[in-house]
Amino acid sequence: MDTNDSLRLASLWHSMHAISQQLSPVVGCNGVELLQADNFDLHCFQSLTGTKFFVVCEPGMLHMEALLKVIYELYTDYVLKNPFYEMEMPIRCELFDLNLTQVIQKDRVSLLGR
Amino acid sequence: MAPLAPRSGDAVFANVERVNAELFTLTYGAIVRQLLTDLEEVEEVNKQLDQMGYNIGIRLIDEFLAKSNVSRCVDFKETCDVIAKVGFKMFLGVTATVSNWDAEGTSCSIILEDNPLVDFVELPDTCQGLNYCNILSGVIRGALEMVSMKTEITWVRDMLHGDDAYELRLKLLKQVPEEYPYKDDE
Repeated sequence: MDTNDSLRLASLWHSMHAISQQLSPVVGCNGVELLQADNFDLHCFQSLTGTKFFVVCEPGMLHMEALLKVIYELYTDYVLKNPFYEMEMPIRCELFDLNLTQVIQKDRVSLLGR
Repeated sequence: MAPLAPRSGDAVFANVERVNAELFTLTYGAIVRQLLTDLEEVEEVNKQLDQMGYNIGIRLIDEFLAKSNVSRCVDFKETCDVIAKVGFKMFLGVTATVSNWDAEGTSCSIILEDNPLVDFVELPDTCQGLNYCNILSGVIRGALEMVSMKTEITWVRDMLHGDDAYELRLKLLKQVPEEYPYKDDE
């Protein structure tokens, strides 16, 4: 997936998320947190600053909220603290990618090991 | 259930990586000194420090939210308490107190008795207008702006100017609602 694809996917999700907030019959709804489809689940986490993180995974995967929270921490450490990262721009930080891959691989190992 | 908001930042402070306090203090001193040399005017330095703080604040807030586990604050009062008890502890290792609320609950003072930024500082006569710690007010302003609160922050007391504590006056100007900028009929 190249940068354009990610941007397209992210902006699509952003709009759907916004629409879901408006459609919700509940007052103070914070938007979709979990989208379940036949062949994938999409978990979304929105920080209080409005940044959204989402992960697309196999249906029924557990602990995705925890994973998203870990990713949020990685983002604050390796993206926001990088002085050459400009806010609101696509993330091109090697350290972030590296640590993200590690976290996801660790997750996969612990899931397979069960 | 959302986790309970921590009442102090001790736990987080114990877990984050820290640097030597002296290195931190001296680095900040060097920055201020360099700004004074570059910009010459004390007022300009104040402005620049505030801007630098702002730029730090808009990024720092996410780290704060990610690592402190605080949930959404119900009002400005709770926000200020969290800044003083959790925020200052987490990033500076000191705690501040909140006082002097006005009747509407939109402005208050954050009082710092211990301030690691100024450990070795004496202001010379030529720099009496300098708000040496102006970066702090910028940080708070930037951080609050990212959670939709426009604030104005001023220094009321400053130990470098002979007062008995550091006092920051926080004033909530307006709360920007997090709505998407479109309307149904447009």
